Amino acid sequence: MAINKDSNGYTFTFAITLVVTVGTILALLAAGLKDRQDRNEEVKKQLDILSAILDVDKKKIDRSNAEENFKKFVDLDKAIVLNNKGEVLEGIYDIKGNVVEGKAFDVDIRKEFKDKKRNAEHRNYPLFLGEDEKGKTVYVMPLIGNGLWGPIWGNICLGADMNTIKGASFGHKGETPGLGAEITQNFFINGWVGEKITTEDYSFAPFKVVKDNSGATADSKVDGITGGTITSKGVEEMANRCLEVYVSYFNNLKTK
Amino acid sequence: MSEGIENKKVPREPLFSKKNKKLVTEPLADNNPVTIQVLGICSALAITVQVEQGVVMGGAVLFVLVLGNLIISLLRNLIPSRIRIIVQLVVVAALVIIVNEVLKAFLPDVSEKLSVFVGLIITNCIIMGRFEAFAMANKPWPSIMDGIGNGLGYAGLLILVAVFRELFGSGSLYGVKLLGSNIPGEEWGLYTMGYVNNNMMILPPMALIIVGIIIWVQRSRNKSLIEEH
Repeated sequence: MAINKDSNGYTFTFAITLVVTVGTILALLAAGLKDRQDRNEEVKKQLDILSAILDVDKKKIDRSNAEENFKKFVDLDKAIVLNNKGEVLEGIYDIKGNVVEGKAFDVDIRKEFKDKKRNAEHRNYPLFLGEDEKGKTVYVMPLIGNGLWGPIWGNICLGADMNTIKGASFGHKGETPGLGAEITQNFFINGWVGEKITTEDYSFAPFKVVKDNSGATADSKVDGITGGTITSKGVEEMANRCLEVYVSYFNNLKTK
Repeated sequence: MSEGIENKKVPREPLFSKKNKKLVTEPLADNNPVTIQVLGICSALAITVQVEQGVVMGGAVLFVLVLGNLIISLLRNLIPSRIRIIVQLVVVAALVIIVNEVLKAFLPDVSEKLSVFVGLIITNCIIMGRFEAFAMANKPWPSIMDGIGNGLGYAGLLILVAVFRELFGSGSLYGVKLLGSNIPGEEWGLYTMGYVNNNMMILPPMALIIVGIIIWVQRSRNKSLIEEH
């Protein structure tokens, strides 16, 4: 018997079968690949932190050996979590603002930043302690903010003086290639290295991303990216908002 | 009646017959999906700033197009015509999600580079265009050939446009600094003589102008492509 392909019954049956089949395939695939994807994300996070501390390209650190190097340069036992006033938390904030048990590395600042249900005061600010190649203490602070098209993030590494920026790494979800996406490149990152995050009286010195090429010489100024103004401004806002929290923590340490 | 009997006698068409080869070669030049059919222009503007992105996007579209053409062609006699566009859309979307998930799990670096572009494949008009115009009416094998041809034609044009834009806009090709470096303090090459990158090349309008020039060159070389009014 020939099936009437124009009948409503056939159309509905076909649509339902198709959607169920495709849905099952995709669900199985996503479930099967989830472990690998989570693992990749974790390694990426380690790489991001490492690349703020040292030059990962020169040291030939990539995904394959990120984990062992991460253990070598970062001491996760010393990592702490701060609240937005720069006070040390005995654990981490959950979404309702209760302090629960948790580790600094497990804090997902991207998710917390995006989550509208989470009160901005209940964001966690992890601080990682490690050593650079010469064995000197370094502090790595993760940053999170908004670029032009989506989230941008980064890690800023301070030297033992808790003031001078030793290195940085930036990342983005989908900034324009060749324009905003260039924040990941060395020429932009180099603009941050050597800047100080506090003034002489220990107050926070906000950054300014500038267009007039004065970033290389002036304090607290960083050259922006031509054609990537909104992304550059996003980095500026992100750095100032997040670093201020850490500065108050460092000041507490210094005045004690 | 007589037609049916005759059809049985006809020998099977060889896999690489002239007709099938033409399906691959035509979209590369005289029936290019971008310059002649003017499909997929949007992504050609968005991602041709760097050659690498052109290559990766071209590859991804090629993959989705070939596989999608095959699936649509296999299902062509089953798909109810009233919902065929939605069915095509579901097939593209499913394929794109599969590509994205597999890349994330096995090639995380490539996946990061592609970022938003994987999603953009769904909106690429070439894919829906080929599904609707070719795969819905042809057997699986020619559909695969058509997918390869159009995918390569699209990838080729992306790379061609990206070569101009990256070379003149950033002074590099595939990330390799060909014209020297303009990083303050470590200049070398042409930049020491006062050469400056053309920032206009990085902005989307120049992609449109380059595609326009390519169309112009192509049509002036082959007058038969010019539409009569």
